[in-house]
Amino acid sequence: MSSFQPEMMSLQANARPIPRQLVVLSGKGGTGKTSLVAALAALVSDKVLADCDVDAADLHLVLDPKRRCREPFISGKEARIVPARCSGCDLCKEQCRFDAIHVGRSNGGRSFCEIDPILCEGCGLCARVCTSGAVELMDAERGEWFVSDTRHGPLVDARLNIGGENSGKLVTLVRNEAVGLAQEMGVGLVLVDGPPGIGCPVIASVTGADLVLAVTEPTVSAVHDLQRAAELVQGFGLPLAVCINKTDLNPEIAGRIRMMCADLGFPIVGELSYDTAVVRAQVEGKSILERGGSVVADQIREMWKILQSMLEKVEEQK
Amino acid sequence: MKIVIASGKGGTGKTTLAVNLATALAAEASVGLLDCDVEEPNCHLYLRPSFDATEPVTTLIPVVDEQACTGCGLCARACTFHALLALPGFPLLLPELCHSCGVCAYVCPEEAVSEGQREIGVLGSGEVGNLYFRWGRLHVGEARSTPVIRVTKDPASAPALDTVIIDAPPGVACPAVETMRGTDFALLVTEPTPFGLHDLILAVETARQMGIPCGVVINRMGIGDSRVNDFCGAEGIPILLEIPDDRRIAEACSRGEVFAAIDEAFASQLRAFASDLHACAEKVASP
Repeated sequence: MSSFQPEMMSLQANARPIPRQLVVLSGKGGTGKTSLVAALAALVSDKVLADCDVDAADLHLVLDPKRRCREPFISGKEARIVPARCSGCDLCKEQCRFDAIHVGRSNGGRSFCEIDPILCEGCGLCARVCTSGAVELMDAERGEWFVSDTRHGPLVDARLNIGGENSGKLVTLVRNEAVGLAQEMGVGLVLVDGPPGIGCPVIASVTGADLVLAVTEPTVSAVHDLQRAAELVQGFGLPLAVCINKTDLNPEIAGRIRMMCADLGFPIVGELSYDTAVVRAQVEGKSILERGGSVVADQIREMWKILQSMLEKVEEQK
Repeated sequence: MKIVIASGKGGTGKTTLAVNLATALAAEASVGLLDCDVEEPNCHLYLRPSFDATEPVTTLIPVVDEQACTGCGLCARACTFHALLALPGFPLLLPELCHSCGVCAYVCPEEAVSEGQREIGVLGSGEVGNLYFRWGRLHVGEARSTPVIRVTKDPASAPALDTVIIDAPPGVACPAVETMRGTDFALLVTEPTPFGLHDLILAVETARQMGIPCGVVINRMGIGDSRVNDFCGAEGIPILLEIPDDRRIAEACSRGEVFAAIDEAFASQLRAFASDLHACAEKVASP
């Protein structure tokens, strides 16, 4: 567990209160994080939304944002070899730990080294070992991020370039921008749609969270992945609430999740029925709350009441 | 032939397809299944191997010789990843941030930096029935999964196999790209929904940028709309398989059962699909 988690916001002297951050995670992908966040977006007033699933962001597909600003995400370095200066000695290729350098051949048959931008991690070792000054290190643009207006309030989201490095840094940027925006507006909540997995973008998403909501479903895979995500969240000392989506898909495994959560002390704040109306809402570009006609909308309303009281408790403890 | 099963979006059925396809094919050929979704590996839940993942996966980290270090701070300044902090007298290592690039050792004028091993995950491999299975698992709290993916994919110690099926992590960031690298064909699994389509487009772009031929599998056919089919038609991407939204398959998956092992019709559909896939991959590989 990383012991070094710079929390920029807490360093800022700001008269306005720091908003609470509710982060929605799952471990396993496709359990319904984004559909749930879209529904909460429709339900909860006075919040800023942040989509931290930066390599496959989907929240905008439901929220239809009007982009207010678009900024490049520049992080780390990217190496490039100027063919005219390269002697073709391939010292850089030998030294590169990421297999990012290969030898190419010019039209004249002269060999020179080339760097694969997808594999290059920007460490700069090639530039240091090169004896002919052929390697240039440039600031790397690895994606872009946006601030937008939606019918449910402001949204901060991003798009990471394919194979993008530093996804954790982009997540941190998105989250911090959303927190800053909420502070500016005097809004008390940032609602974060998190990425799947447990690696770097997830760690960046939960850093600084006040409450984590894990969305799971009654399948052996989702339960396995929930346990690993929960272990990560516990490592950060954060409170974790659980939502069982499609709870009637396998009642036996849903029962096992209830027992497991009781043992580990994670409150189950909601159980949502399996209802194809949720997908139909997505096809219509709506959340299930806006579409209506589903018991799931009522279940989410009930769940929000519990989450709200948990967030208030967090507030009191601060 | 190495087939990677990928998708932009999570939860579209990559693992379901991987274990079912591998199981169906293993009846007739030598097949390997590599689970490279090392943050959240799930194939073992279906295959229930007799072995756990216990073999340590390590990365290189700098080890600074306190006697030789003069505290000049060159290593910390050279580290692009901010994994070394220059403290008075001696650098402090933040191991989770280290990319094992070796720059610190290279720049140290005192040759005080050597490299040591740090465990970040585990690996397991062996036979499950007539299938060769290999899976990696990142330790909880570790940020960088690519080194674990790399060794899970490393075929050096694997037996000779006709077909290797690789289960990729979701997304299009470095873990997915590392998994797809060097494969012969990418099967992109999606759902007929707006989220599925959006993330499929990202996955197609990724495969194209990497020069990997690809085909699409639409899972849970019937739950959404036809925009995925329209997109594939317009882009000339073959739709190789459509799996219906069948509650029996969903329930088998929820229990961790391999549907192809209990339903011969599905298994033979997958075998037919696999021979189409080989033909398709050969056609796109040598146009």
